[in-house]
Amino acid sequence: MASGQERILRRRIRSIDATKKITRAMELIAASRIVRAQARVRAARPYSDKVTAVIANLASAGGEADHPLLREPAEVTKVAYVAIAADRGLCGGYNNNVLRATERAIAADAAEGRDYELVLSGRKALGYFRFRNYRIAAGFEGFSDQPSYADAQQVAAAATELFENGCQRVMLAYTQFHSMGNQSVAIVPFMPLEVGEFDDADGTEDSGGGPEGGYEFEPEPAVILERLLPRYAEARLYSALLEASASEHAARQRAMKAATDNAEELKINLTRIMNRARQDAITTEIMEIVGGAEALAQTGGEVDLLSDTIEARTADLFRARE
Amino acid sequence: MQVELVSPEAVLFSGECSQVVTRTVDGDIAFLDHHAAFIGALDIGQTQLWASDGIVTLALNRGFVEVSNNVVTILSDAAYAADEIDVAAAQADLEAARAALAADDDDDDAKAAVAWAETRIAVAGAA
Repeated sequence: MASGQERILRRRIRSIDATKKITRAMELIAASRIVRAQARVRAARPYSDKVTAVIANLASAGGEADHPLLREPAEVTKVAYVAIAADRGLCGGYNNNVLRATERAIAADAAEGRDYELVLSGRKALGYFRFRNYRIAAGFEGFSDQPSYADAQQVAAAATELFENGCQRVMLAYTQFHSMGNQSVAIVPFMPLEVGEFDDADGTEDSGGGPEGGYEFEPEPAVILERLLPRYAEARLYSALLEASASEHAARQRAMKAATDNAEELKINLTRIMNRARQDAITTEIMEIVGGAEALAQTGGEVDLLSDTIEARTADLFRARE
Repeated sequence: MQVELVSPEAVLFSGECSQVVTRTVDGDIAFLDHHAAFIGALDIGQTQLWASDGIVTLALNRGFVEVSNNVVTILSDAAYAADEIDVAAAQADLEAARAALAADDDDDDAKAAVAWAETRIAVAGAA
């Protein structure tokens, strides 16, 4: 019967409404987290700027430029990829975009005879590559929401180890955060490190060329550089993690907003269908009663009593509609 | 002179100081106004900033210092003021590190952990 259909529709609408409340809450949470993530990106900038500046100063003052982390390889036979994705889904194409781009890059390398290694950050990244039977050198999870510097150090250590053991190049695949409405997947070279005009330093004493000139060093530049370069790698990875995290929240906010909007639309459509179904049911029932009354009248029954019944019945029907 | 203390996650201190004392891997060093340009690698140890509202003592776990144009920039992975130090945790770290050192007295990580725990306890105790 029609009332059965009405009940089913009512139940669906209630379920969609509940889902809508959840997606709306997730949208609001993501929106507030973007702001916080952006603040963290900003807070991390002074450190990496200063580290870069110190390295540039060391270089221009004749620091040893022949550090393993700076050496351009003659030939690349193996490339390590550090792919940064999220721990959770429900964020639109965010995870898939990064992971597919990484997979394509690996395939392109394979076509040129280069092997790969993988360092993954984020549960979804691990799941994706594990399912496709890739070789995973190291995996990290549990911090994509709010990466800390200690997390970045772990990932950087794994990448450095690969770089020191067989990989001539390390690439960083993550989602860059340009603005609230604009994020893009980027695969950028990570190691060997490129520190601006570092290559200009030819190792000779050239202290006059520095921005300040005539630095004193304690201990000698090469030792400082040796300790500074790993910090620089960590700082770069940390800022990539932070940007990826901001992008994740932005992607989730967009996805959840779309879901909320869709739920609202679905609700409106279903309510319309439900009302029509109920209207049909009422009309049918009135027709049946009137039809019955007519039939009785023709056979000489008590029409007055019947018309009372009809009135009471229709009143019931309209009350049920409220 | 202007002093900036920067960690990877935030700028921890930024302000005018009359004197800065810190420890590089070669030993303690003090900076006064208009110190010559200087770049140094810091060891585990205490750093003191003579700020306008008193001396700030911090425990620093390695890092770097750069001095140029009358600006002292300290970069550190971990820097804690006395009131931020969890003494009980530092004490526990110290005991764990000493135990590791007793097992293998060439363990550089354990030596560093001992130094770092002792520095934290010293800074917290001085306050």
